[in-house]
Amino acid sequence: MSDIVIKAENIGKKYVIGHQAERGGYTALRDVLMQSARTIWHKTKDLAAGKAIIQGDTMEEVWALKGLCFDIFRGEAVGIIGRNGAGKSTLLKILSRITEPSTGRVTIKGRVASLLEVGTGFHPELTGRENIYLNGTILGMTRLEIKRKFDEIVAFAEVEKYLDTPVKRYSSGMYVRLAFAVAAHLEPEILVVDEVLAVGDMAFQKKCLGKMGDVSKEGRTVLFVSHNMTAIKSLCQRGFLLSNGRMVLSGDAEDVVRSYLDSGAEALSEKVWPDPQTAPGDETARIHAVRILDSDGHLTSQTDISSSISIEIEYWAMSPGIPLNVSISIFNSEEVYVLASPSTTDTEWFGNPHPQGLFRSRCVIPGPFFNQGRYSVTALLVNTERSHIIAQLDRIISVDMVDFGDARRGYLGYWGGVIRPLLRWKTVCLNNG
Amino acid sequence: MNDSSFTHTQEPVLIIEPGRSEKNYWTDLWRYRELFLILAWRDISVRYKQTIIGVLWAIIRPFLTMVVFTVIFGRIAKLPSDGSAPYALLVFAAMLPWSLFSNALSESSNSLISNANLIGKVYFPRLIIPAATLVTAFIDFLISFFILIGMMFYYKFAPGWQIMLLPFFIILALLASLGPGLWITALNVKYRDFRYIIPFVVQFGLYVSPVGFSSNVVPEQWRLLYSLNPIVGVIDGFRWCILGGNSPIYLPGFLISLVIIAFFLWLGVSRFRKMEKTFADLI
Repeated sequence: MSDIVIKAENIGKKYVIGHQAERGGYTALRDVLMQSARTIWHKTKDLAAGKAIIQGDTMEEVWALKGLCFDIFRGEAVGIIGRNGAGKSTLLKILSRITEPSTGRVTIKGRVASLLEVGTGFHPELTGRENIYLNGTILGMTRLEIKRKFDEIVAFAEVEKYLDTPVKRYSSGMYVRLAFAVAAHLEPEILVVDEVLAVGDMAFQKKCLGKMGDVSKEGRTVLFVSHNMTAIKSLCQRGFLLSNGRMVLSGDAEDVVRSYLDSGAEALSEKVWPDPQTAPGDETARIHAVRILDSDGHLTSQTDISSSISIEIEYWAMSPGIPLNVSISIFNSEEVYVLASPSTTDTEWFGNPHPQGLFRSRCVIPGPFFNQGRYSVTALLVNTERSHIIAQLDRIISVDMVDFGDARRGYLGYWGGVIRPLLRWKTVCLNNG
Repeated sequence: MNDSSFTHTQEPVLIIEPGRSEKNYWTDLWRYRELFLILAWRDISVRYKQTIIGVLWAIIRPFLTMVVFTVIFGRIAKLPSDGSAPYALLVFAAMLPWSLFSNALSESSNSLISNANLIGKVYFPRLIIPAATLVTAFIDFLISFFILIGMMFYYKFAPGWQIMLLPFFIILALLASLGPGLWITALNVKYRDFRYIIPFVVQFGLYVSPVGFSSNVVPEQWRLLYSLNPIVGVIDGFRWCILGGNSPIYLPGFLISLVIIAFFLWLGVSRFRKMEKTFADLI
């Protein structure tokens, strides 16, 4: 009855990256000239042969994916989970033919539509109506199909009044709703979706999740990447867990999610990028390190819920005069978004032009605040002026909060809640006797 | 095998493998024709959305260049026209294919970079992007073609039967730009140096090609060599169509131009297809 629609055999994806060799302190001009001449000669040769040129002196092969084998059956919804850099997006890109694998073979039966980004190809100058046609066609719908579903799309997005307004005048919520509405009305046999549901307000997210659920109920096959474990559990029957480009586990979605949440036995409290050339960011600024410290200022991966913790982000301002700020978002182990805190209270540096150099922003979260469990921190480095995210490190570090019972005053039962601050209470006696 | 699996064999089966060249690449291209049209339409409508006089730009630019060239080459340098044709018509008959070629070349060679967001997120035959820019160039051409009609009325110059063959030369001009355009846009993905080549080629080519003067002023013994520039053939063809018997085609030179255009087209398409699969990794 159930037949295979996607069959992957041993797929792998290799990237070759170049490293700049460490140069000694003293080099003769002659050597430098010789070296550059040699490099240019090699580059020209490679260019003529149509080969890719690798910048740098030594090369390293990096396998973003290696030896993946799996079958996906018709009508199945499969969730793909894993940490950043585990290869989830690469896998989706291979399945949707955006990039080709370096090894292996995938056989796909049926039309694939991929939704790796909301609003691909949206043009700010064009009106909502025009963008529906543009985006729909880009996602693989025919003109007739779009025409037929046009009213449905508009109603879903709730933008009837602004159909003939250029989308650059839309609020970001309207923009996202319109973009998702187009995507939600795709009718391929196989739908490949990357982390795109994390947009819009709560009500709209719910609507989108409902729509996704319908898609898989209609017997279409869905591949779904998300950090939202609740969404994965409610939408998918099966889950794949990827780690470092390999498939670690495949099976029932519930089990895979649980094992993902339990994995990574110790929380990672610090992440450092030593090289300012390759650290996350762009030519304007890069993140050097992110870490979690306990109340004594030591790195910590486990601390008492009643003591304070601090989060540090160190970053290089690479070109002078860029207004920068940092921001953190904190998630608990159930992927509930606990809080976000941009560095707005830092009046000295927030959004002010930075001279070139290394900066450290620290934020203290006084305890008791968190409940017990693991909290992960997403760090962002932002160009304040254009609200442009220079670097975003999702759930890059985490800390385990443990309850040593200091604040319990003898109660030892279950204490729920996303956070667990100790609030000030006061009781007065109103009527004595 | 049961019945349901039989019906499923009707579905397209896609195999993804390293280095596998799509055997139905060209039919795939046809399947994506709506995307081609909508990308072309997007480029055109976006172009004119934020301009005040909009379409007039497509008229003003070639018209003013024509005026300047007529004055410099016709009046000051006193170069001869072809037969009885007015000098301004001679220049404009060459201005048309030249701006068609140079617009198509510049737009197509920047096209992949300016559509980088699409390439990283959706699959479609990448050839569609540079090909769609040809439509934009063609629309500009159509607009400036009206100036030609106006000028013909002004000079009371009636074209001969040759004008019927003009569509052939329009296609030739587009193909001449597509070949190098494809090659450069593919190289541009990895090496952004190549985008600096195009303005240079366009500026240089305007003077090297017989736009401001008739190719008859080139000495006989150099004409074959001169025809190595593929645009010479296209421009001569345009003049032959528009000015009729006044400017006969120099056949050996025209054939050389044809061969060169075909060679560059082959080169462009084959290089493009070779690099196409890595675009998403590089862009």
